[in-house]
Amino acid sequence: MDERPLRLITSSPLDALARTVEALLVVASAPLPLEDLAAAADDDVERVEAALRLVGERHSEGRSGIVLEHVAGGYAFRASREAAGACSRLFERPVQRSLSQAALETLAIVAYLGPCTRPEITRIRGVAAEATVANLLERGLIAEAGRDDAPGGAIRYRVTPLFERVFGLASLAELPRLDDFEGDAETIRERLHVVAAQRGA
Amino acid sequence: MRVAELELDLEAFEGPLDLLLTLVLKEEIDLAEIDVAGIVLAFIEELLGRDRSENGADECELGESDLEACGEFLVLVSALLELKARLLFDDEAAELAELEPEEAAEELARRLAAYRRTKEAAAWLTSRLEQEQDRFFRLGPAPLRPPVSRPVAPHDPAALAAALRVLATPPQAVSLAHMALRYPPLEQFVQRFRSLLAGRSRFDFENELGELSRVEQAVAFLALLELGRLDEVAIKQAAPFAPIRVERRDTERSSAWTSARSA
Repeated sequence: MDERPLRLITSSPLDALARTVEALLVVASAPLPLEDLAAAADDDVERVEAALRLVGERHSEGRSGIVLEHVAGGYAFRASREAAGACSRLFERPVQRSLSQAALETLAIVAYLGPCTRPEITRIRGVAAEATVANLLERGLIAEAGRDDAPGGAIRYRVTPLFERVFGLASLAELPRLDDFEGDAETIRERLHVVAAQRGA
Repeated sequence: MRVAELELDLEAFEGPLDLLLTLVLKEEIDLAEIDVAGIVLAFIEELLGRDRSENGADECELGESDLEACGEFLVLVSALLELKARLLFDDEAAELAELEPEEAAEELARRLAAYRRTKEAAAWLTSRLEQEQDRFFRLGPAPLRPPVSRPVAPHDPAALAAALRVLATPPQAVSLAHMALRYPPLEQFVQRFRSLLAGRSRFDFENELGELSRVEQAVAFLALLELGRLDEVAIKQAAPFAPIRVERRDTERSSAWTSARSA
């Protein structure tokens, strides 16, 4: 563990900005984008970025019980991992708790293909998605994102910033590429073609 | 028990089952809107209700006629479900039916691969969730955000000021002078002419107008006509536009005339 003393109160202008940024992050209950921090601190984006680096140094794992993280397109404080046991004795995590396999599959579809409609989810999973979608909406992991242009205009869904935060993603770009999940698709294809050839014969 | 007469009270339909079937076949009701499970429940409730009334509260035994009804009902509901399924997935069914075995296999493989990818992605999310299970953070209402500025489109400030100045200037008061038509009461002239004729027997109307305004002249003329109507005076004019001569009627015996004279 780094034994350097913490220097939270200095007269440097960047230190003053860092303290302001800390204050803003403490009052916010969701990640604050850099631009919002700069607007609230009434300072340049570049200087706020530098101040964030300073705050990040001070609030990192092993140095502080509060850790700065870049998540869901913004910056936020979270508890340090070493305090997770204590936190779990004090708080539940209703958003993450008992996410079913169906919910995770639906979440994956919405995260990768969203905004997408419930019929699209049903088509991919092959089973009705009504209850799962309602559950994810209630947890705040997905949200409505307008209506489809097709006749009927089904409601479209997208994942929320809370999804990114729960899964510790700075943005959706951090999700692995869908093409990397090919698995044994080629084997299945070959088997199906064998069956088709037998039926066609 | 007749299945066709089964009374239904569904969200989209209320009435006997045979009417529902007729409406569905005539396409006057959208089968997609009909809750088939509701029909099944209604049938079961009807069946249990009949059994209880016939065999007592605790015994539920199906008679031969009930078994027939069940069979008939099963056939009908199966048909309804098949119709509904076809309605819900008609395009897809048609697409797949037209495919050759090779193409169908390819399509199926494509769908299975898509689902496989979804499952893999869900597994990745699961492992991610496990890694992140010791991350605790504050959850609460949306944070206060800096107010969003909505700048207006660029405009010349001078032109804007000029436009505002026009709007800020109070409009000139509208003159209503032409509407203020002031004229003396008719009675004033009536009395005046009566007094005049009390002293002499005639006078020329023009001579009495003096400095009267046009409105007052008109009122004076109306007063003259009034006196004429009351038969107190005789109004004479030798020719058009000639002076109007007003004479007291010697035969006039009205009370007004007498009182004016005595006054």
